[in-house]
Amino acid sequence: MAETKEKSLSDEKPKPRVRPIVRLGIFLISHSFHVSVVCCTAGVLALFLLPVLAKNTYISENALMPGSASPMLSNQHVSDGNRLVKDLTNPNSKSSETGIESHKIIAQYMLDLGAEVSFHKFHPQMNQFHPLHFFSSPDSGKIQENYSCSSYGINTVGIIRAPHGDGKEAIVLVTPYNALKSGFGEALSLGIAYSVFSLLTQVTWLAKDIIWLVADSQYGEYAAVAAWLREYQTPKFSSLSTPNAEMCPDVNNLFELKGHSISGSKFSNSFRRAGTMASALVLKVRDQNEQFEDTISIYAEASNGQMPNLDLINVVNYLAVHRQGLRVNVEKLWSLLNSSWLKSLGEIFESLAKVAKSLYPKWKFGIPATEYVEGTATLASSLYYQALGVPTGPHGAFRDYQVDAITLEISPKFSLDKVWRNDILLRGGRLIEGVIRSVNNLLEKFHQSFFLYLLTSPSKFVSVGVYMIAFALLIAPLPMVAASLYVDANSSSNCSKGDSSTPSAITDTDEHSIAIRSWRWLNSAKLVFIVHLWGAIVSLLPYFISQIPDCSPTTSFMIWVLLSILSLLTLNSVLASPLACAKATQEKEWALVKSVTISSVFIGLGLMSVINFATAEIGALLMVPMCLLAQPLKLDVRAGTLRSFCRMICNLVLGHIAFPPAAFFLLKGMLDGFGNANVGDFWMWVESLWAWNSATYLFIGMVQLPCWVLCISILFHTC
Amino acid sequence: MVLLQRPHILLLLIDTHQFLQCWIAFGSANEEGQQQEEFSEELLVKPLPDHKLLAHFHFQSSAPPSTSNGCHHHLFPKAISQLVQKFRVKEMELSFTQGRWNYESWGGFDPISSSNAKPPGVELWAVFDVPQHHIDASWKNLTHTLSGLFCASINFLESTATYSTPEWSFPPASGNVRYGTFPCEAVCTENLTPWLRLLPCRDKAGIALLLDRPSLYRGFYHSQRLHLTSTESSSEGIDSGIILEQTLTVVLQPNSERAIEVHASEKHVQPSWSLSSIFGKQVSGRCVLAKSSSVYLLLDRGLVAELKFPNKENGKSAANGLTSENFWSNPSFELSVNPDRIFLEESSSHSKSLSILYMFQVEKYSESEPFDIGLMWKVPVAWLCQQTPLHASRFLMGSGNERGAIAISLKSTQFTEGFMSANSKDGSCELRVDVFQVVPWYVKVYFHSLRVFVDQQPRAVSDFIEKIHVSPSKDKMSPGVMEVVLKLPCRVNTAALTIEFDKGFLRIDEYPPDANQGFDIPSAIISFPNFHASMVFLEDDSLNRSPLLSKFQDKCPVMSYTEVLLVPLTTPDFSMPYNVSTIKCTVFALYFGSLLNVLQRRVAEEERFLKAKAAKKTGRLPLLLSKLSAKLRGSGINQD
Repeated sequence: MAETKEKSLSDEKPKPRVRPIVRLGIFLISHSFHVSVVCCTAGVLALFLLPVLAKNTYISENALMPGSASPMLSNQHVSDGNRLVKDLTNPNSKSSETGIESHKIIAQYMLDLGAEVSFHKFHPQMNQFHPLHFFSSPDSGKIQENYSCSSYGINTVGIIRAPHGDGKEAIVLVTPYNALKSGFGEALSLGIAYSVFSLLTQVTWLAKDIIWLVADSQYGEYAAVAAWLREYQTPKFSSLSTPNAEMCPDVNNLFELKGHSISGSKFSNSFRRAGTMASALVLKVRDQNEQFEDTISIYAEASNGQMPNLDLINVVNYLAVHRQGLRVNVEKLWSLLNSSWLKSLGEIFESLAKVAKSLYPKWKFGIPATEYVEGTATLASSLYYQALGVPTGPHGAFRDYQVDAITLEISPKFSLDKVWRNDILLRGGRLIEGVIRSVNNLLEKFHQSFFLYLLTSPSKFVSVGVYMIAFALLIAPLPMVAASLYVDANSSSNCSKGDSSTPSAITDTDEHSIAIRSWRWLNSAKLVFIVHLWGAIVSLLPYFISQIPDCSPTTSFMIWVLLSILSLLTLNSVLASPLACAKATQEKEWALVKSVTISSVFIGLGLMSVINFATAEIGALLMVPMCLLAQPLKLDVRAGTLRSFCRMICNLVLGHIAFPPAAFFLLKGMLDGFGNANVGDFWMWVESLWAWNSATYLFIGMVQLPCWVLCISILFHTC
Repeated sequence: MVLLQRPHILLLLIDTHQFLQCWIAFGSANEEGQQQEEFSEELLVKPLPDHKLLAHFHFQSSAPPSTSNGCHHHLFPKAISQLVQKFRVKEMELSFTQGRWNYESWGGFDPISSSNAKPPGVELWAVFDVPQHHIDASWKNLTHTLSGLFCASINFLESTATYSTPEWSFPPASGNVRYGTFPCEAVCTENLTPWLRLLPCRDKAGIALLLDRPSLYRGFYHSQRLHLTSTESSSEGIDSGIILEQTLTVVLQPNSERAIEVHASEKHVQPSWSLSSIFGKQVSGRCVLAKSSSVYLLLDRGLVAELKFPNKENGKSAANGLTSENFWSNPSFELSVNPDRIFLEESSSHSKSLSILYMFQVEKYSESEPFDIGLMWKVPVAWLCQQTPLHASRFLMGSGNERGAIAISLKSTQFTEGFMSANSKDGSCELRVDVFQVVPWYVKVYFHSLRVFVDQQPRAVSDFIEKIHVSPSKDKMSPGVMEVVLKLPCRVNTAALTIEFDKGFLRIDEYPPDANQGFDIPSAIISFPNFHASMVFLEDDSLNRSPLLSKFQDKCPVMSYTEVLLVPLTTPDFSMPYNVSTIKCTVFALYFGSLLNVLQRRVAEEERFLKAKAAKKTGRLPLLLSKLSAKLRGSGINQD
């Protein structure tokens, strides 16, 4: 259409030849509708194709050499570990109320191996909302207030120094342990760690120091590990509050251990360190399990969707599957496994692959439908947990200090006889030994393999180069649509003016009005800016609301909503009032607003994709259709065609779904069922997001919410 | 028979002739009042508290000044003397170390640990007797020579960015000293073999026979050191020639099988050992070229206090040569060989108990009756080695690729109380601590951010730092050096120094092959100049003084090295240069292409052209036709 116009124009008045790249741009802009439909469908399709495109993992770093050495962990070490388990589960050890006895037992066992032992006291830090602490590196925290003697945890730390090593690097092994109410699983995990530890005191191949951290998980596993890491990486040399926990009687009691031990120099009550941490493993054993196989689950997601190097997962997977015969699990969205539409989609892909293979035998990209469904479920959970930006275990604390870490959760098939226990100790221990040996082999830190990936199964992954395509396709139409809307809004008004006045009679006043008209988008930009400002205010509000004492989540949420609406109205009345009168005079105002909104969304999504890809992907799935479809309902009603009716329905549905709380409840309902949904849940969820410094929170507050508000305002635009 | 014997006689004649010549040469040297070239070999064995054993080999060769007998040597390694002459080295120390010295359990207050505990990798310092502006050139040549001599990458210390010039905190305080370390050098047999080649008997005879490579490198700590002092070229009148001191310190685990199998009650009994069990070899006589060859067994102060020898009062008499029975047949241990002599330490000011030294002469033993001492423990003993006044440890703070901080924390050990009484003669008791820290240039230290914490309180820097010398690093030129003298109160519990740094960027060709490992910050040296680690043993004959024991008597300040730190720096993707150059070329091509296009284009002309074309309103085909017709017409005219 544009070309024909151009031709007709060039017939009248010769125009210089347009460059091909510009012509292509003009073509895309003029056909933005078709382009956007094609791109969005392709984007969604590419997302669903990801499990098919996933590659098999491989060990990228040659130095790791997993499984090349035969495991040295013998039954001797297993019986040592068993001894510790027995001592810990012994009812006598639980006589003390604070569980100090069991810490003493662990420390004594470590000392007997010749390891250096120290206790680390910590006060659990309350998670607080620091509005400016997003993305900032973890600091030593503020000066602590006076804590009472009762609320502290004790981490027991044992360090083996590598006999030939230079002590520059260390490997950390973490076992969360709650001395007060420890299940059998926790004791078993300590047993596994101890058997590995006792082996490592004897081996000669150790090049890196080994730190075994028994994290006191009575205030949460993450808090204990994070407190220890904070002390390790950013210690405070000054303590302003002198009456601290040193005065508490229990702690002094704890340090009496020193007197009992013969090799007293190995024990110290000061904080002990080893070198730079190379990697960390968190080991857990689940208490109850109904599965018929010994499985091991890998949790890798850290804050803001950061992942450890893929090689670490590969090593664990390789050793567990090929050496110890354990089944490896990665988190899945279980609800997706039974969905029939996914199955049929998988079947379609499978049959397509068959067709392709029959056409050309070298095309082998198909995977069986069941595998596809499983892959999609894993991918969805991978995306979900990365998007949430909340670490899935204590390993997340390590990632904040650029240490690669994963959590391994062993869920043994349940039985109580001794043979089984020895078996799980032996296999778990050999797995840990193998991983430590591999990491010990590393000369450099993990850098060979991927850091940006999504898992579709423990042995399959989608790398950044592949999954970015889906996202790029999804957001590609945004700038085109924005440009075409802008051009339309300008040219339509131009044309209407141009028709009324002959081209020869262009006066100064007209030129002036054209200049004003070409700057008209600034008004829309102002509106968009105001709404984004409001978004920033809304995302800051919870900080003040959380200061209100004794507030239930539901009331907090209500206060938040009320304050948000109030602030929007105030902002609108204060800042946007001159706009309102101007708005009435101009038709096509909504097109400009939409254009600016779309560009701001594009910028927001682009930025977010760099920070946390998964959030950006999920956000794009919600927001891109909403932005692209938004059109005043009045216009649609007026038009009355089937097409406009469809659009109206879509707009209304999307307008509901894309509202963040609505999206949250929908997702929650899909996962857990709608029965126990509560208004306060959203507040709790948001609270957890800011507590973990998740960038998703910022994204929701400053990109998604303003975009939603703008789209709604376009929907209800009076034109 | 005669025919067979004759060459022997001839050889004998030649031998005796040479011997006579040597004899004459020595005689003449003696007549001039000069010393001969001497060599002595000694081994000191010391049980350590954590069931390990320290073996300290000490070989010393000395050469008289070259003025007396030219450039020929009999015992002294020629390579070393040439090196001394060429580069005019006044004093030099080179050490190769593998493993870490455990200051907490192996002690840090005795002469062995304070001079033989070295940082991992290579450490080299040298004092030159050349004018200031020649020092750097001499240093560079010296590093290359040593690198060739010891098969090590000491030549990396050649670049100015790796070595430094300590002003006053480094013990041989003078302006001519250069100091460099290379922490990531892997030490192995290829460094030991050339070191042994400097000995007159190599490892073929004498005590060096014990140096069995597999058992040495199985140990927990291994440090070979070469220390030489020369007064060869000094302007002063006293000439003592060159003294080359080669020491090898190893910490070994005597019992390979674990104590776990033993009953819990016997777990704490120290393992029994013998030289043959730890080294797998025995000494079959001395090196014939050695002046003295002896093995010592040292029981340090803590152990002696724990053992409680039945009659301590008789100690003096025992030291006077009366070998009292109860010194080696103690109820708690048993020696397999009777010592030749027993030395008792002279009363030291630092400690209540005194250490005991058993001496064994190797000369008495031969191939048929090899020398092998063993020690059998009967009862469990536990003791602590004497530690440095403050235990120093250093660590990195912060995370990320941008900035961080180095912290040196000093913690008082339980021995400090003992020193305090000794040191607080005048009311205000102060503990002087010298800190010497070299940081490579890519760790950009901000010296203004130096902070001092004493007993967990942030304090003003000027309160505790008496003297500070800082030379900031220059990019790619020189490392940053910080020398601090701290004056701490004696009753200090903890002290900490922190200093912040930014991580620098390197050019792609400056990264080592294993750049992703991180970069090393060499050990800091913490020394306590007020405390001297010396052990004076009562000896009756001062003539026949053992070099090792006289070394022990030297008053060297107590020194300890901190850990080597590993700083992860940002590393580029090393496949990047290719990508970058392709992208850059593409961008340049696009840019210049469009620029030339714009420059060449004449807009007005083009428009005119287009207008003309529009006026003609002809397509390409009509234009061609018209041209053709014009030509035809023209030709027709011509024809006409």
